[in-house]
Amino acid sequence: MTPDASRFAHRRLRHLRERFIEFLLFLAALSSVAITVAIMVILVRESLGFFEHVSLVDFLTDTQWTPLFDDAHYGIMPLVSGTLVTASVALAVAIPLGTIIAIYLSEFAPHRLREIIKPVLELLDGIPTVVYGFFALLFVTPLLQYFFPDLPGFNMLSAGLVMGVMIIPYVSSISEDAMRAVPMHIREGSYAMGATRFQTALRVVTPAAFSGIAAAYILGISRAIGETMVVAVAAGMQPNLTWNPMEPAATITTYIVQVSLGDLPHGSLGYQTIFAAGLVLLLMTLFFNIAGHLLRKRFREVY
Amino acid sequence: MPQTAMGTLKAEVKDLNFYYGNYQALKSINLPVADKQITALIGPSGCGKSTFLRCFNRMHDLYAGNRYEGEIGLHPDGVNILNPKIDPIEVRMRIGMVFQKPNPFPKSIYENVAYGLRVRGVNKRRILDEKVEQALRGAALWNEVKDRLNNLAFNLSGGQQQRLCIARALATDPEIILFDEPTSALDPIATASIEELIAELKEQVTILIVTHNMQQAARVSSYTAFMHLGEVVEFGETGGIFTNPSKKQTEDYITGRYG
Repeated sequence: MTPDASRFAHRRLRHLRERFIEFLLFLAALSSVAITVAIMVILVRESLGFFEHVSLVDFLTDTQWTPLFDDAHYGIMPLVSGTLVTASVALAVAIPLGTIIAIYLSEFAPHRLREIIKPVLELLDGIPTVVYGFFALLFVTPLLQYFFPDLPGFNMLSAGLVMGVMIIPYVSSISEDAMRAVPMHIREGSYAMGATRFQTALRVVTPAAFSGIAAAYILGISRAIGETMVVAVAAGMQPNLTWNPMEPAATITTYIVQVSLGDLPHGSLGYQTIFAAGLVLLLMTLFFNIAGHLLRKRFREVY
Repeated sequence: MPQTAMGTLKAEVKDLNFYYGNYQALKSINLPVADKQITALIGPSGCGKSTFLRCFNRMHDLYAGNRYEGEIGLHPDGVNILNPKIDPIEVRMRIGMVFQKPNPFPKSIYENVAYGLRVRGVNKRRILDEKVEQALRGAALWNEVKDRLNNLAFNLSGGQQQRLCIARALATDPEIILFDEPTSALDPIATASIEELIAELKEQVTILIVTHNMQQAARVSSYTAFMHLGEVVEFGETGGIFTNPSKKQTEDYITGRYG
């Protein structure tokens, strides 16, 4: 080999090192997929055992969830209703407030104020959820009882409201990022038509950022459905088929915590209920994630 | 409106200085703008022509730290639209703008054109329908889009999007339309159609156009101002500027010695 050609020869060591690094990165990526698949497999397998004893029809139509009682009923609806009611209350707080905050921060707030508000908002996210839980139980519930004297000590309203506050930063932060990503020349087009700041924010920036905002909402919904601590502490642990937020009720997550902390024998039907409940929870969040994905594709930004 | 040798004037710029923070971007600019004529602003990059154009609709008010000095008198009322007491939104209601890059809103073709009217509180379907059609015809776009007014504006081609933006500006019957390098993002065929359109529009509206393209200025405008380093070096009838410039700098620029 002439000296010139050798300069362009493959560096074996460099090549090997690159391959090795690539392999490590691949393993890291694979692990997340593998864990997800493993969770799915276990959930489905244990649930299959459950559904051998309880028919799907009973599971979906029975109005009681008392798997640990002598007179066992396996109707998931009371837990689903608890989950949906608390999540709805939370979203009724988080979506409007989060959106308004995002619009304010992205379109109105002076630079310096935004630099103060954003970190403070993100701090909300750093508060442990159990702290939110007892905040709901020991502060918000008594406060609400002042207005509604009949409100029970455990209720979904208080848990939902506090959970809503907890989710605000998710909704506002992602929505704001989406709004700020709307290019300035589109805003200028609106201002040049004589639009006010508010008209521009509402009629141009928000629709332009819609896919990002929808993603923020979906994340908020998933978070609300999956949240455990706040509802376990403040909403009560009694499965209760009701759509009234002023009542106590258990959610799917509450039930799972309650039962998995107990001393159920491995392999028993009671034990398998956890997996069936977990599967329902997973399907619910999956449904919203897919809906969010479709929304994003449908309304993806084209500038 | 004042009559001069140039005919009727739509606006007069007097001793305009403009500052981005401490940086003076425009230096004592004086310029008459003839009514229902096309005035072109040419000059090398960074000469301040876009900055100058954006003074006319107070676009600089959107960003902190910008400051105007001097006057832009808008006729027939003769008010100085740079006066801080004048609401920039009122100015923009009368002076439309078309940008360098087509910037339709994420809405249907119809709603894009209706936007300015809706912002002004017009919501009657009959009036909107009429104005939208009129504006789209004015922008030579009606025949291409009349069957798909509810389609998203992003689905149009670049040239069509720019004509949509022109229709959007026309829909509110502005007195002046500002064009900020309206064809720089377009191919030659789309450019030709936009130029043709601009030339037709001067029948109904006063036009100020910033352009990088000297042939474009020569083709469409009646008057041309050559700017350099934030100043208007030379202003006059377009024919004169291009065939017989009085300043060396102007001649160097239009003959392609720099810029």
